[in-house]
Amino acid sequence: MRAMEELLLDGNAAAGLLAQIFVPDVTSALARCVHCQASAALGAVALYQGAGSVLRCRNCEGVLLRVVSAPDRTYIELTGIRCLELPLA
Amino acid sequence: MSDRIISRGFLGRRRDAGPPGRVPPGQYVTPDFPVLSAGPTPRTPLDRWTFEVRGNVMRPQRWSWAEFQALPRDEVKADIHCVTKWSKLDTQWRGVSLDFLLETVEAKGEFVVAFCDGGYTTNLPLADVVGGKAWVVDEYGGSPLDAEHGGPARLLVPHLYFWKSAKWVRGLEITMDDQPGFWEEAGYHNRGDPWKEERYRGD
Amino acid sequence: MPSSAPARRIEWRAARVIETRDETPHARTLVLDVPEWPGHHAGQHVDVRLTAEDGYQAERSYSIASAPSSRYLELTIERLDDGEVSPYLADVVQPGDVFELRGPIGGYFIWLPQLRRPLALIAGGSGIVPLMAMLRLRAMLDDAPSAHLLYSVRSPEDVIYGAEIERLAASDARLSVACTFTRRHAPDWNGYTRRIDRMMLEEAIPALGESPLIYVCGPTSMVELAATELVAIGHPPAAIRTERFGPSGTNGNR
Repeated sequence: MRAMEELLLDGNAAAGLLAQIFVPDVTSALARCVHCQASAALGAVALYQGAGSVLRCRNCEGVLLRVVSAPDRTYIELTGIRCLELPLA
Repeated sequence: MSDRIISRGFLGRRRDAGPPGRVPPGQYVTPDFPVLSAGPTPRTPLDRWTFEVRGNVMRPQRWSWAEFQALPRDEVKADIHCVTKWSKLDTQWRGVSLDFLLETVEAKGEFVVAFCDGGYTTNLPLADVVGGKAWVVDEYGGSPLDAEHGGPARLLVPHLYFWKSAKWVRGLEITMDDQPGFWEEAGYHNRGDPWKEERYRGD
Repeated sequence: MPSSAPARRIEWRAARVIETRDETPHARTLVLDVPEWPGHHAGQHVDVRLTAEDGYQAERSYSIASAPSSRYLELTIERLDDGEVSPYLADVVQPGDVFELRGPIGGYFIWLPQLRRPLALIAGGSGIVPLMAMLRLRAMLDDAPSAHLLYSVRSPEDVIYGAEIERLAASDARLSVACTFTRRHAPDWNGYTRRIDRMMLEEAIPALGESPLIYVCGPTSMVELAATELVAIGHPPAAIRTERFGPSGTNGNR
Protein backbone atom coordinates (compact mmCIF):
# COMPACT_ATOMS: atom_id res chain seq x y z
CA MET A 1 0.00 0.00 0.00
CA ARG A 2 1.30 3.44 -0.83
CA ALA A 3 2.41 5.75 1.95
CA MET A 4 0.01 8.66 2.49
CA GLU A 5 2.88 11.01 1.83
CA GLU A 6 3.32 9.72 -1.73
CA LEU A 7 -0.24 10.73 -2.52
CA LEU A 8 0.43 14.30 -1.49
CA LEU A 9 -0.16 17.04 -3.97
CA ASP A 10 0.93 20.64 -3.65
CA GLY A 11 -0.78 24.01 -3.74
CA ASN A 12 -0.87 23.91 -7.58
CA ALA A 13 -3.72 21.41 -7.26
CA ALA A 14 -5.67 23.85 -5.05
CA ALA A 15 -5.23 26.70 -7.52
CA GLY A 16 -8.68 26.27 -9.09
CA LEU A 17 -10.31 26.31 -5.66
CA LEU A 18 -8.30 29.37 -4.59
CA ALA A 19 -9.19 31.12 -7.84
CA GLN A 20 -12.82 31.13 -6.66
CA ILE A 21 -11.75 33.31 -3.77
CA PHE A 22 -8.79 35.37 -4.94
CA VAL A 23 -8.86 37.20 -8.24
CA PRO A 24 -5.13 37.24 -8.91
CA ASP A 25 -3.46 33.83 -8.85
CA VAL A 26 -2.12 33.14 -5.38
CA THR A 27 -0.06 30.03 -6.10
CA SER A 28 2.82 32.32 -7.01
CA ALA A 29 2.30 34.34 -3.82
CA LEU A 30 4.82 33.92 -1.03
CA ALA A 31 3.18 32.99 2.25
CA ARG A 32 4.91 33.49 5.57
CA CYS A 33 3.95 30.79 8.07
CA VAL A 34 2.63 32.24 11.32
CA HIS A 35 3.98 29.25 13.30
CA CYS A 36 7.62 29.14 12.13
CA GLN A 37 8.03 32.26 9.92
CA ALA A 38 9.23 30.21 6.92
CA SER A 39 8.23 31.67 3.58
CA ALA A 40 7.23 29.68 0.48
CA ALA A 41 5.14 29.97 -2.67
CA LEU A 42 1.63 28.61 -2.06
CA GLY A 43 1.93 26.50 -5.20
CA ALA A 44 4.77 24.57 -3.58
CA VAL A 45 3.34 23.91 -0.13
CA ALA A 46 1.71 20.65 0.90
CA LEU A 47 -1.98 20.14 0.08
CA TYR A 48 -4.11 17.77 2.18
CA GLN A 49 -7.66 16.80 1.41
CA GLY A 50 -9.73 16.10 4.49
CA ALA A 51 -13.35 17.17 4.88
CA GLY A 52 -12.02 20.40 3.34
CA SER A 53 -8.72 21.47 1.81
CA VAL A 54 -5.69 22.23 3.97
CA LEU A 55 -2.43 23.85 2.89
CA ARG A 56 0.46 23.19 5.29
CA CYS A 57 3.93 24.69 5.69
CA ARG A 58 6.60 22.26 4.48
CA ASN A 59 8.98 23.47 7.16
CA CYS A 60 6.88 22.91 10.30
CA GLU A 61 3.70 21.20 8.99
CA GLY A 62 1.65 24.01 10.53
CA VAL A 63 -1.66 24.90 8.90
CA LEU A 64 -1.45 27.87 6.53
CA LEU A 65 -4.91 27.84 5.03
CA ARG A 66 -8.18 25.91 5.26
CA VAL A 67 -10.94 26.02 2.65
CA VAL A 68 -14.47 24.67 3.05
CA SER A 69 -16.69 24.80 -0.04
CA ALA A 70 -20.44 24.97 0.55
CA PRO A 71 -22.75 25.03 -2.51
CA ASP A 72 -23.43 28.75 -2.26
CA ARG A 73 -20.51 30.04 -0.21
CA THR A 74 -16.86 29.36 0.45
CA TYR A 75 -15.14 29.62 3.83
CA ILE A 76 -11.47 30.38 3.94
CA GLU A 77 -9.57 30.35 7.20
CA LEU A 78 -6.32 32.23 6.79
CA THR A 79 -4.91 32.72 10.27
CA GLY A 80 -1.95 30.45 9.51
CA ILE A 81 -0.53 33.00 7.07
CA ARG A 82 1.21 35.90 8.71
CA CYS A 83 1.65 37.78 5.47
CA LEU A 84 1.01 37.09 1.80
CA GLU A 85 3.28 38.67 -0.81
CA LEU A 86 1.55 38.82 -4.19
CA PRO A 87 3.66 39.57 -7.24
CA LEU A 88 1.95 42.05 -9.58
CA ALA A 89 1.12 40.63 -13.05
CA MET B 1 -27.55 27.51 -10.62
CA SER B 2 -26.45 26.94 -14.24
CA ASP B 3 -27.74 24.05 -16.34
CA ARG B 4 -25.73 20.94 -15.72
CA ILE B 5 -23.83 19.42 -18.57
CA ILE B 6 -24.13 15.64 -18.29
CA SER B 7 -21.02 13.77 -19.38
CA ARG B 8 -22.18 11.07 -21.78
CA GLY B 9 -21.32 7.65 -20.43
CA PHE B 10 -19.61 8.85 -17.25
CA LEU B 11 -20.37 6.55 -14.33
CA GLY B 12 -17.83 7.44 -11.67
CA ARG B 13 -16.91 5.29 -8.68
CA ARG B 14 -19.28 2.54 -7.66
CA ARG B 15 -22.00 4.09 -5.58
CA ASP B 16 -25.71 3.78 -5.03
CA ALA B 17 -28.50 5.47 -3.11
CA GLY B 18 -28.68 2.67 -0.57
CA PRO B 19 -31.70 0.96 1.03
CA PRO B 20 -34.65 3.36 1.52
CA GLY B 21 -34.55 5.30 4.77
CA ARG B 22 -31.09 4.06 5.64
CA VAL B 23 -29.01 6.80 4.06
CA PRO B 24 -29.19 10.49 5.05
CA PRO B 25 -30.11 13.10 2.43
CA GLY B 26 -27.47 13.93 -0.16
CA GLN B 27 -25.35 10.87 0.55
CA TYR B 28 -24.47 7.88 -1.62
CA VAL B 29 -23.26 4.48 -0.46
CA THR B 30 -19.75 3.34 -1.38
CA PRO B 31 -18.11 -0.05 -0.93
CA ASP B 32 -14.74 1.71 -0.57
CA PHE B 33 -13.33 3.31 2.55
CA PRO B 34 -11.88 6.60 1.27
CA VAL B 35 -8.95 8.06 3.15
CA LEU B 36 -9.23 11.77 3.76
CA SER B 37 -6.82 13.62 5.96
CA ALA B 38 -6.17 17.19 7.06
CA GLY B 39 -2.51 16.48 7.65
CA PRO B 40 0.35 13.97 7.61
CA THR B 41 -0.26 10.55 9.18
CA PRO B 42 1.09 10.56 12.74
CA ARG B 43 3.04 7.51 13.79
CA THR B 44 3.11 7.42 17.57
CA PRO B 45 4.72 4.21 18.81
CA LEU B 46 2.47 2.25 21.16
CA ASP B 47 4.97 2.43 24.01
CA ARG B 48 4.63 6.22 23.93
CA TRP B 49 0.87 6.34 23.30
CA THR B 50 -1.42 7.44 26.11
CA PHE B 51 -5.09 8.35 26.29
CA GLU B 52 -6.16 11.05 28.71
CA VAL B 53 -9.49 12.37 29.96
CA ARG B 54 -9.09 15.67 31.77
CA GLY B 55 -10.67 19.06 32.38
CA ASN B 56 -14.00 19.42 34.19
CA VAL B 57 -13.77 15.99 35.81
CA MET B 58 -13.48 14.78 39.40
CA ARG B 59 -10.76 12.22 38.69
CA PRO B 60 -8.65 12.86 35.57
CA GLN B 61 -7.18 9.69 34.12
CA ARG B 62 -4.44 8.68 31.76
CA TRP B 63 -4.07 5.19 30.32
CA SER B 64 -1.09 3.64 28.61
CA TRP B 65 -1.73 1.39 25.59
CA ALA B 66 -1.55 -1.72 27.75
CA GLU B 67 -3.91 -0.23 30.32
CA PHE B 68 -6.29 0.89 27.59
CA GLN B 69 -6.34 -2.62 26.14
CA ALA B 70 -7.50 -3.94 29.52
CA LEU B 71 -10.61 -1.72 29.64
CA PRO B 72 -14.03 -3.22 28.88
CA ARG B 73 -14.85 -3.16 25.18
CA ASP B 74 -17.87 -3.08 22.94
CA GLU B 75 -18.39 -4.50 19.48
CA VAL B 76 -19.93 -1.75 17.39
CA LYS B 77 -21.69 -2.06 14.05
CA ALA B 78 -22.56 1.27 12.50
CA ASP B 79 -23.25 3.20 9.33
CA ILE B 80 -20.84 6.10 8.83
CA HIS B 81 -21.49 9.28 6.86
CA CYS B 82 -18.81 11.62 5.56
CA VAL B 83 -19.68 15.24 4.85
CA THR B 84 -18.07 14.80 1.41
CA LYS B 85 -21.16 12.69 0.59
CA TRP B 86 -20.05 9.09 0.86
CA SER B 87 -21.66 6.73 3.36
CA LYS B 88 -20.50 3.27 4.31
CA LEU B 89 -22.97 0.82 5.83
CA ASP B 90 -22.48 -1.84 8.48
CA THR B 91 -18.91 -0.95 9.42
CA GLN B 92 -17.57 -2.96 12.34
CA TRP B 93 -15.42 -1.64 15.11
CA ARG B 94 -14.23 -2.55 18.58
CA GLY B 95 -13.39 -0.14 21.35
CA VAL B 96 -14.10 1.46 24.69
CA SER B 97 -17.33 3.40 25.12
CA LEU B 98 -17.22 7.02 26.16
CA ASP B 99 -19.90 6.20 28.72
CA PHE B 100 -17.30 4.09 30.51
CA LEU B 101 -14.51 6.67 30.16
CA LEU B 102 -16.66 9.60 31.31
CA GLU B 103 -18.09 7.66 34.28
CA THR B 104 -14.60 6.62 35.33
CA VAL B 105 -13.43 10.22 35.53
CA GLU B 106 -16.79 11.55 36.81
CA ALA B 107 -17.13 14.15 34.12
CA LYS B 108 -18.85 17.36 35.21
CA GLY B 109 -18.76 19.49 32.09
CA GLU B 110 -21.18 20.20 29.22
CA PHE B 111 -18.90 19.72 26.22
CA VAL B 112 -16.07 17.56 24.99
CA VAL B 113 -13.07 18.50 22.88
CA ALA B 114 -11.26 15.52 21.38
CA PHE B 115 -7.57 16.24 20.83
CA CYS B 116 -5.29 14.25 18.54
CA ASP B 117 -1.75 13.67 17.35
CA GLY B 118 -1.02 16.23 14.65
CA GLY B 119 -3.14 18.89 16.37
CA TYR B 120 -6.60 18.04 15.04
CA THR B 121 -9.53 18.74 17.36
CA THR B 122 -13.28 18.38 17.23
CA ASN B 123 -15.98 19.46 19.69
CA LEU B 124 -19.18 17.76 20.78
CA PRO B 125 -21.85 18.36 23.40
CA LEU B 126 -21.58 15.76 26.17
CA ALA B 127 -25.11 14.66 25.31
CA ASP B 128 -23.87 13.48 21.90
CA VAL B 129 -21.27 11.12 23.35
CA VAL B 130 -23.19 9.39 26.15
CA GLY B 131 -25.94 6.80 26.08
CA GLY B 132 -24.15 4.35 23.80
CA LYS B 133 -23.34 6.83 21.03
CA ALA B 134 -19.55 7.14 21.08
CA TRP B 135 -16.41 5.05 21.47
CA VAL B 136 -12.65 5.19 21.28
CA VAL B 137 -11.98 2.38 18.82
CA ASP B 138 -8.78 0.57 17.93
CA GLU B 139 -10.10 -2.20 15.74
CA TYR B 140 -11.84 -2.00 12.38
CA GLY B 141 -13.28 -5.01 10.56
CA GLY B 142 -11.69 -7.39 13.05
CA SER B 143 -8.13 -6.08 12.67
CA PRO B 144 -6.05 -3.40 14.38
CA LEU B 145 -6.98 0.02 13.01
CA ASP B 146 -4.65 1.13 10.17
CA ALA B 147 -2.68 4.33 10.66
CA GLU B 148 -4.24 5.88 7.56
CA HIS B 149 -7.72 5.31 9.04
CA GLY B 150 -6.73 6.82 12.37
CA GLY B 151 -4.86 4.04 14.15
CA PRO B 152 -3.80 3.17 16.75
CA ALA B 153 -7.11 4.64 18.03
CA ARG B 154 -9.76 7.07 16.84
CA LEU B 155 -13.01 8.47 18.09
CA LEU B 156 -16.16 6.93 16.65
CA VAL B 157 -19.39 8.94 16.80
CA PRO B 158 -21.41 7.45 13.94
CA HIS B 159 -24.61 9.44 14.39
CA LEU B 160 -22.77 12.62 13.35
CA TYR B 161 -20.77 13.38 10.19
CA PHE B 162 -17.52 11.50 10.21
CA TRP B 163 -15.23 14.50 10.74
CA LYS B 164 -16.38 14.27 14.35
CA SER B 165 -14.88 10.76 14.56
CA ALA B 166 -11.44 12.20 15.11
CA LYS B 167 -8.49 10.14 13.90
CA TRP B 168 -5.36 9.60 16.01
CA VAL B 169 -7.25 10.65 19.13
CA ARG B 170 -5.14 11.03 22.28
CA GLY B 171 -7.68 12.33 24.75
CA LEU B 172 -10.79 14.22 25.69
CA GLU B 173 -10.96 17.60 27.36
CA ILE B 174 -14.23 18.09 29.24
CA THR B 175 -15.26 21.73 29.23
CA MET B 176 -18.04 24.00 30.45
CA ASP B 177 -18.10 25.99 27.22
CA ASP B 178 -18.23 24.90 23.60
CA GLN B 179 -14.90 25.20 21.78
CA PRO B 180 -15.16 24.79 18.01
CA GLY B 181 -12.56 22.39 16.66
CA PHE B 182 -10.45 22.25 13.51
CA TRP B 183 -13.24 22.03 10.94
CA GLU B 184 -15.94 23.76 13.01
CA GLU B 185 -13.89 26.95 13.14
CA ALA B 186 -13.11 26.68 9.41
CA GLY B 187 -16.70 26.61 8.14
CA TYR B 188 -18.21 23.22 8.88
CA HIS B 189 -21.30 22.96 11.07
CA ASN B 190 -20.84 23.01 14.82
CA ARG B 191 -22.91 19.85 15.41
CA GLY B 192 -23.03 17.97 12.09
CA ASP B 193 -26.22 15.86 12.16
CA PRO B 194 -26.38 14.09 8.77
CA TRP B 195 -30.15 13.56 9.04
CA LYS B 196 -30.65 17.31 9.19
CA GLU B 197 -27.91 17.83 6.59
CA GLU B 198 -25.94 20.06 8.95
CA ARG B 199 -22.84 20.23 6.80
CA TYR B 200 -21.77 23.88 6.91
CA ARG B 201 -21.95 26.71 9.42
CA GLY B 202 -25.35 28.31 9.19
CA ASP B 203 -27.10 25.28 7.67
CA MET C 1 -2.48 35.74 -15.68
CA PRO C 2 -2.69 36.45 -19.44
CA SER C 3 -2.47 40.21 -19.81
CA SER C 4 -5.26 40.30 -22.38
CA ALA C 5 -7.84 38.84 -20.00
CA PRO C 6 -9.69 41.07 -17.57
CA ALA C 7 -9.31 39.98 -13.97
CA ARG C 8 -12.43 38.01 -13.11
CA ARG C 9 -13.27 34.78 -11.39
CA ILE C 10 -12.81 31.83 -13.68
CA GLU C 11 -16.00 30.03 -14.62
CA TRP C 12 -16.97 26.62 -15.85
CA ARG C 13 -17.24 26.44 -19.63
CA ALA C 14 -18.33 23.73 -22.03
CA ALA C 15 -15.38 22.19 -23.89
CA ARG C 16 -16.17 20.26 -27.07
CA VAL C 17 -13.92 17.45 -28.21
CA ILE C 18 -12.77 18.06 -31.79
CA GLU C 19 -10.29 15.24 -32.12
CA THR C 20 -8.51 12.59 -30.10
CA ARG C 21 -4.94 11.42 -30.64
CA ASP C 22 -3.39 8.33 -29.10
CA GLU C 23 0.06 9.17 -27.76
CA THR C 24 0.97 5.86 -26.10
CA PRO C 25 -0.96 2.72 -25.10
CA HIS C 26 -1.76 4.56 -21.84
CA ALA C 27 -2.14 8.18 -22.89
CA ARG C 28 -4.38 10.10 -25.25
CA THR C 29 -4.54 13.74 -26.26
CA LEU C 30 -7.89 15.49 -26.42
CA VAL C 31 -8.13 18.45 -28.78
CA LEU C 32 -10.79 20.79 -27.44
CA ASP C 33 -12.76 23.74 -28.70
CA VAL C 34 -13.42 26.02 -25.73
CA PRO C 35 -15.57 29.04 -26.60
CA GLU C 36 -14.11 32.40 -25.51
CA TRP C 37 -10.98 30.80 -24.15
CA PRO C 38 -8.99 33.71 -22.70
CA GLY C 39 -5.59 32.25 -23.51
CA HIS C 40 -3.10 30.67 -21.16
CA HIS C 41 0.55 30.52 -20.12
CA ALA C 42 2.73 27.47 -20.65
CA GLY C 43 2.60 25.36 -17.50
CA GLN C 44 -0.95 26.21 -16.47
CA HIS C 45 -3.67 23.64 -16.04
CA VAL C 46 -7.43 23.34 -16.19
CA ASP C 47 -9.96 21.72 -13.88
CA VAL C 48 -12.26 19.25 -15.62
CA ARG C 49 -15.68 18.42 -14.14
CA LEU C 50 -17.75 15.40 -15.11
CA THR C 51 -21.40 14.93 -14.16
CA ALA C 52 -23.15 11.56 -14.18
CA GLU C 53 -26.87 11.11 -14.95
CA ASP C 54 -27.75 11.09 -11.24
CA GLY C 55 -25.93 14.36 -10.63
CA TYR C 56 -22.79 12.82 -9.11
CA GLN C 57 -19.77 14.94 -9.97
CA ALA C 58 -16.05 14.35 -10.09
CA GLU C 59 -13.35 16.94 -10.70
CA ARG C 60 -9.71 16.57 -11.66
CA SER C 61 -6.91 18.88 -12.81
CA TYR C 62 -5.06 18.37 -16.11
CA SER C 63 -2.09 20.30 -17.42
CA ILE C 64 -2.48 22.09 -20.74
CA ALA C 65 -0.27 20.48 -23.38
CA SER C 66 -0.78 23.03 -26.15
CA ALA C 67 1.26 26.17 -26.62
CA PRO C 68 -0.49 29.46 -25.79
CA SER C 69 -0.87 30.35 -29.47
CA SER C 70 -2.56 27.08 -30.39
CA ARG C 71 -6.05 27.46 -31.86
CA TYR C 72 -7.47 24.60 -29.83
CA LEU C 73 -6.75 23.59 -26.27
CA GLU C 74 -5.00 20.24 -25.89
CA LEU C 75 -4.94 18.03 -22.82
CA THR C 76 -3.00 14.78 -22.63
CA ILE C 77 -4.60 12.27 -20.30
CA GLU C 78 -2.76 9.29 -18.85
CA ARG C 79 -5.07 6.43 -17.93
CA LEU C 80 -4.70 5.29 -14.33
CA ASP C 81 -6.10 1.79 -13.85
CA ASP C 82 -7.89 2.63 -10.62
CA GLY C 83 -8.75 6.15 -11.68
CA GLU C 84 -12.25 7.53 -11.64
CA VAL C 85 -11.90 10.22 -14.29
CA SER C 86 -8.85 9.34 -16.39
CA PRO C 87 -10.28 6.08 -17.86
CA TYR C 88 -13.33 8.05 -18.98
CA LEU C 89 -11.28 10.78 -20.66
CA ALA C 90 -8.74 8.36 -22.10
CA ASP C 91 -11.20 5.75 -23.40
CA VAL C 92 -14.84 6.85 -23.51
CA VAL C 93 -14.83 10.45 -24.69
CA GLN C 94 -15.27 10.87 -28.47
CA PRO C 95 -15.23 13.81 -30.88
CA GLY C 96 -18.47 15.72 -30.42
CA ASP C 97 -18.67 15.04 -26.68
CA VAL C 98 -18.84 17.99 -24.30
CA PHE C 99 -17.60 18.31 -20.73
CA GLU C 100 -17.05 21.14 -18.29
CA LEU C 101 -13.69 22.79 -17.87
CA ARG C 102 -12.44 25.88 -16.05
CA GLY C 103 -9.19 27.72 -16.39
CA PRO C 104 -6.52 28.57 -17.08
CA ILE C 105 -5.32 28.01 -13.57
CA GLY C 106 -2.03 28.54 -11.82
CA GLY C 107 0.59 31.25 -11.80
CA TYR C 108 3.39 29.52 -9.96
CA PHE C 109 4.35 26.75 -12.35
CA ILE C 110 4.54 28.83 -15.54
CA TRP C 111 7.28 29.74 -17.99
CA LEU C 112 7.23 33.05 -19.84
CA PRO C 113 9.33 33.76 -22.94
CA GLN C 114 10.71 36.94 -21.39
CA LEU C 115 12.52 34.84 -18.76
CA ARG C 116 15.88 34.68 -20.48
CA ARG C 117 17.69 32.20 -18.25
CA PRO C 118 18.63 28.74 -19.49
CA LEU C 119 15.73 26.38 -19.00
CA ALA C 120 15.97 23.00 -17.28
CA LEU C 121 12.90 20.79 -17.54
CA ILE C 122 12.71 17.60 -15.50
CA ALA C 123 9.77 15.33 -16.20
CA GLY C 124 8.61 12.04 -14.72
CA GLY C 125 5.96 10.10 -16.65
CA SER C 126 2.99 12.30 -17.50
CA GLY C 127 4.80 15.22 -15.85
CA ILE C 128 6.04 15.90 -19.39
CA VAL C 129 2.69 17.47 -20.30
CA PRO C 130 3.07 21.00 -18.88
CA LEU C 131 6.75 20.99 -19.84
CA MET C 132 5.76 20.15 -23.43
CA ALA C 133 3.62 23.29 -23.52
CA MET C 134 6.77 25.18 -22.53
CA LEU C 135 8.84 23.47 -25.24
CA ARG C 136 6.17 24.10 -27.85
CA LEU C 137 6.07 27.78 -26.93
CA ARG C 138 9.86 27.97 -26.94
CA ALA C 139 10.00 26.42 -30.43
CA MET C 140 8.10 29.42 -31.80
CA LEU C 141 10.53 32.01 -30.49
CA ASP C 142 13.25 33.59 -32.62
CA ASP C 143 15.76 33.92 -29.86
CA ALA C 144 14.93 31.26 -27.30
CA PRO C 145 17.15 30.60 -24.27
CA SER C 146 18.90 27.22 -24.20
CA ALA C 147 16.83 24.34 -22.86
CA HIS C 148 17.63 20.95 -21.35
CA LEU C 149 15.02 18.26 -20.91
CA LEU C 150 15.53 15.29 -18.63
CA TYR C 151 12.66 12.81 -19.05
CA SER C 152 12.23 9.81 -16.80
CA VAL C 153 9.85 7.03 -17.84
CA ARG C 154 9.44 3.35 -17.03
CA SER C 155 9.80 2.00 -20.55
CA PRO C 156 9.99 3.15 -24.19
CA GLU C 157 6.24 2.73 -24.71
CA ASP C 158 5.63 5.29 -21.95
CA VAL C 159 7.38 8.11 -23.77
CA ILE C 160 4.77 10.72 -24.64
CA TYR C 161 5.48 13.08 -27.60
CA GLY C 162 8.61 11.05 -28.44
CA ALA C 163 8.71 11.82 -32.15
CA GLU C 164 7.98 15.50 -31.64
CA ILE C 165 10.68 15.87 -28.99
CA GLU C 166 13.21 14.19 -31.28
CA ARG C 167 12.24 16.52 -34.12
CA LEU C 168 12.56 19.60 -31.93
CA ALA C 169 15.99 18.51 -30.67
CA ALA C 170 17.21 17.63 -34.17
CA SER C 171 16.42 21.10 -35.50
CA ASP C 172 17.62 23.10 -32.49
CA ALA C 173 21.23 22.98 -31.36
CA ARG C 174 20.30 24.79 -28.17
CA LEU C 175 17.82 22.11 -27.06
CA SER C 176 19.30 19.01 -25.47
CA VAL C 177 17.28 16.01 -24.40
CA ALA C 178 18.21 13.17 -22.05
CA CYS C 179 15.98 10.25 -21.27
CA THR C 180 16.15 7.64 -18.55
CA PHE C 181 14.26 4.35 -18.52
CA THR C 182 13.70 2.99 -15.05
CA ARG C 183 12.16 -0.43 -15.79
CA ARG C 184 12.72 -1.56 -19.37
CA HIS C 185 14.73 -0.18 -22.24
CA ALA C 186 15.34 -0.99 -25.89
CA PRO C 187 18.25 -3.42 -26.46
CA ASP C 188 20.23 -0.82 -28.36
CA TRP C 189 19.68 1.93 -25.78
CA ASN C 190 22.91 3.21 -24.30
CA GLY C 191 21.57 6.10 -22.24
CA TYR C 192 20.46 6.24 -18.60
CA THR C 193 18.66 3.27 -17.12
CA ARG C 194 17.98 4.28 -13.55
CA ARG C 195 15.90 6.66 -11.45
CA ILE C 196 16.93 10.29 -11.46
CA ASP C 197 19.75 10.95 -9.03
CA ARG C 198 22.23 13.68 -8.22
CA MET C 199 24.84 12.58 -10.74
CA MET C 200 22.31 12.46 -13.55
CA LEU C 201 21.07 15.94 -12.65
CA GLU C 202 24.61 17.29 -12.65
CA GLU C 203 25.20 15.84 -16.10
CA ALA C 204 21.89 16.64 -17.73
CA ILE C 205 21.10 20.17 -16.65
CA PRO C 206 23.06 23.42 -16.78
CA ALA C 207 25.62 24.01 -14.07
CA LEU C 208 25.08 26.39 -11.18
CA GLY C 209 27.09 29.08 -12.88
CA GLU C 210 24.52 29.37 -15.66
CA SER C 211 21.68 30.12 -13.22
CA PRO C 212 19.09 27.93 -14.89
CA LEU C 213 15.38 28.15 -14.21
CA ILE C 214 14.30 24.65 -13.28
CA TYR C 215 10.85 23.09 -13.59
CA VAL C 216 10.19 19.66 -12.11
CA CYS C 217 6.92 17.81 -12.73
CA GLY C 218 5.80 14.25 -12.21
CA PRO C 219 4.94 11.76 -9.48
CA THR C 220 5.25 13.25 -6.00
CA SER C 221 8.11 10.97 -4.92
CA MET C 222 10.17 11.79 -8.01
CA VAL C 223 9.59 15.53 -7.64
CA GLU C 224 10.58 15.47 -3.97
CA LEU C 225 13.74 13.53 -4.74
CA ALA C 226 14.77 15.72 -7.65
CA ALA C 227 14.06 18.96 -5.77
CA THR C 228 16.07 17.78 -2.77
CA GLU C 229 19.04 16.83 -4.95
CA LEU C 230 18.88 20.08 -6.91
CA VAL C 231 19.09 22.05 -3.68
CA ALA C 232 21.94 19.82 -2.51
CA ILE C 233 23.82 20.59 -5.72
CA GLY C 234 23.43 24.24 -4.84
CA HIS C 235 20.63 25.52 -7.05
CA PRO C 236 18.76 28.26 -5.20
CA PRO C 237 15.30 27.06 -4.09
CA ALA C 238 13.77 30.12 -5.75
CA ALA C 239 15.08 28.88 -9.12
CA ILE C 240 13.22 25.57 -8.78
CA ARG C 241 9.48 25.27 -9.49
CA THR C 242 7.68 22.04 -8.73
CA GLU C 243 4.37 20.44 -9.60
CA ARG C 244 3.45 17.16 -7.93
CA PHE C 245 1.11 14.82 -9.73
CA GLY C 246 0.42 12.36 -6.92
CA PRO C 247 1.29 8.67 -7.07
CA SER C 248 1.71 7.99 -10.75
CA GLY C 249 0.66 10.71 -13.09
CA THR C 250 -2.64 12.51 -13.03
CA ASN C 251 -3.37 15.18 -10.41
CA GLY C 252 -5.60 14.35 -7.50
CA ASN C 253 -6.31 10.73 -8.20
CA ARG C 254 -8.89 9.82 -5.59
